[in-house]
Amino acid sequence: MPMTLLQKPWLWSWLAAAASFALIVGLTEGRGAGGLAYAALSFGAFAAIVGLGQMLVISLGPGNVDLSIPATMTLASTLALKAMGSEPGTVAMGLGVALLVGLATGLANFALIYLLRLPPIIATLAASLVYQSLAIWSNRGLRIRPPAALAEFATGRSLGVPNVALVALALSIALWIMLERSVWGRWLLASGQNLRAARLAGIPVEAVRAACYVTVSLFAAVAGFLLASFSGGAALNMGQEYLLMSIAVVVIGGTSVAGGASNVPGIWGASLFMFLVVSMLNSYGASAGLRMVLTGLIIIGIVIAASTRRALR
Amino acid sequence: MTQPASDATAIVALTDAAKHFGPVRALDGVTLSIRPGDCLGLVGHNGAGKSTLVNVINGTLPPSAGRIDFPLSGATAAAAACVRSIFQELSLCPNLTVAENLRIAHRGLGGLNWRRAARQQVREALDMVFPGHRIDADATVDTLSIAERQMAEIAIGFAPRDAAASLVILDEPTSSLDAAIAQQLLDYVRRFCAAGGAVIFISHMLGEIFDVASRILVMKDGKVVAERPATEFTRQGLVDAMGHVAPEGAAVQAARAFGPQIVATPEGLTACRGEIVGLSGLAGHGQAEALARLYLGATSSWRSAGGRMVFVAGDRGRDGIFPLWSILRNASVSILPRIARRAIVDPAKEGHIAADWQRRIGIRTADLSNPILSLSGGNQQKVLFARALASDAPVVVMDDPMRGVDVGTKQDVYAMIRSEAAKGRTFLWYSTETEEVCQCDRVVVFRNGRISAELTGADITEERILQASFQMEEA
Repeated sequence: MPMTLLQKPWLWSWLAAAASFALIVGLTEGRGAGGLAYAALSFGAFAAIVGLGQMLVISLGPGNVDLSIPATMTLASTLALKAMGSEPGTVAMGLGVALLVGLATGLANFALIYLLRLPPIIATLAASLVYQSLAIWSNRGLRIRPPAALAEFATGRSLGVPNVALVALALSIALWIMLERSVWGRWLLASGQNLRAARLAGIPVEAVRAACYVTVSLFAAVAGFLLASFSGGAALNMGQEYLLMSIAVVVIGGTSVAGGASNVPGIWGASLFMFLVVSMLNSYGASAGLRMVLTGLIIIGIVIAASTRRALR
Repeated sequence: MTQPASDATAIVALTDAAKHFGPVRALDGVTLSIRPGDCLGLVGHNGAGKSTLVNVINGTLPPSAGRIDFPLSGATAAAAACVRSIFQELSLCPNLTVAENLRIAHRGLGGLNWRRAARQQVREALDMVFPGHRIDADATVDTLSIAERQMAEIAIGFAPRDAAASLVILDEPTSSLDAAIAQQLLDYVRRFCAAGGAVIFISHMLGEIFDVASRILVMKDGKVVAERPATEFTRQGLVDAMGHVAPEGAAVQAARAFGPQIVATPEGLTACRGEIVGLSGLAGHGQAEALARLYLGATSSWRSAGGRMVFVAGDRGRDGIFPLWSILRNASVSILPRIARRAIVDPAKEGHIAADWQRRIGIRTADLSNPILSLSGGNQQKVLFARALASDAPVVVMDDPMRGVDVGTKQDVYAMIRSEAAKGRTFLWYSTETEEVCQCDRVVVFRNGRISAELTGADITEERILQASFQMEEA
């Protein structure tokens, strides 16, 4: 579809991220720009990974959302760290455990949605209580440290870029190719536009939906695994901020909440922005209350700008 | 028979009223007046303009040309002249009670205790039309059966409200009522007209029309083709007046040899390899549902269905189009697994196949990467045809697929369907147009959700289809 740069829905999240970055760097007169970019990439990576998963589900159309992301992150990382027990040489096994947890929660979520015909909001929210309880039950207040090699990887860098950002980038590129080029991506975007028409066009719509709900859980499990390794252990509230975050980065990134259109670059712009806007308000000395009010207002402004552009298209 | 529009005794008078939708003349110059005591039976084939006429009279659609007056009341709008419409598509609010629904139509009902007045009125109206009914005025509409909803809607239409109804338009009111209740309604309509009310009664049940109407108006292609007192019509004469003789050149399809039977549904719909089976009858008698059941039953929500059966939607917006996508993506969506290598779509192959079908079916666009919504409705429909025919599925299910397709393209598509059928593809084709049904090798006619007749060869004529579509037996 011919489209000028101004009409790209991801543009606004990147402009906003760049503006926040420039405002912070302007205040410090250029000092710390590298460090700020590094921190933004590190913290933005986690938001980007969960945002990518949430984007798939939201692309399925109105009503589709996964609210169990925080609980899945917590459960996957808790069980993975427990399995690894800080022993060296257990990283692959730990990642496997995290992915298995993601697979299980994804399948459980979709089973609730498909078999019991529950609205996804209710199904995933209710299921997340179960996942969170399992995490509390298995954790019992212990804080297990990740194996040294894993902690080193999660906090380290390659070619000056945080390793977690590289992982997130690799996932983004793989997902982008899937969405833009693969049969599966076409099926997903068709189902999100018009589920009935997709079914009548011969698309296996339930398989597509199941794949989306499993993928979002796998991504959440990976994000939880990396976050626990990054921050020196799993915590029961570690996923909390990612509930709103996962939805916010999807919407700010320009993915249509009406479904059928997804936007990988926008997820990154929005993830960086969500970190930078808080840093910006901090560096201008805004109080905690003012910071939250302004963050909310800025998010609303970006969403309006992005959606107005799309309406004009 | 029609009176001049200046007739001061008419409740409603139409003078050369016309309604055009683009080039479509849904109503093509109708002059008509309805006086107190009239019971006008309105008949005609689907698309004859009956609903448009109703909508022009009740003010839903402004006429494109001509006048509509309400001489008797001197009002300028149908509502002020106490003209009421009762539709076949139930128009009550399902989440409100019967009495509350009356309040929606009855704006004058106010005060603190309006519910009591509304209950009172709706009960009286129900008792008046359907004595012995068991409908509670306080029941929410969605707890009622479809027949009870229709009864409530009819009662609300006839209820006196602020002023007595002068003209009540009933659009297929008995389609969901059983014979006894329908008879109560017909009796009431006669009493209502005898007391000076007027009714326009639309029905495909010719028995009811003869039972209740004092005059019968036959419409075809937006025009009134006959208007006479009911006593001057015979059943056969009415059917003849509605249908038109087979269009010129509508050659009877020569009998061909078909392969083995490859489609058979529990309701008796069958098709052989290479056969074109038409589904006909009046709209809404179960044809579209039968095709949807067939398609959904033969395919799965868990596996790609492209290779077995394809579906051509007639209701494009609901069943066919992906509105955010380009023409290209809309056309290729059913053949993706075939044009992919290791699950990645091959853009060259996709573009090639789409360009081929654009040429074959004549999709009018400069660039297939334009949005699908940039096309006219008829061209969108061609994209849906291309989507289905480009697949290699042996069975093609078509749900009234020619809506908005121009005459020239129709001929091309007929030829394409016949040549595909000759190659061994099977078509199941529901159409509301007799011309299209005449393209078929065999036609099954639906009535009330069941197959009422099966026609082949020279028997496929409009008259035979109409005969099988209408309930001819005595009520």
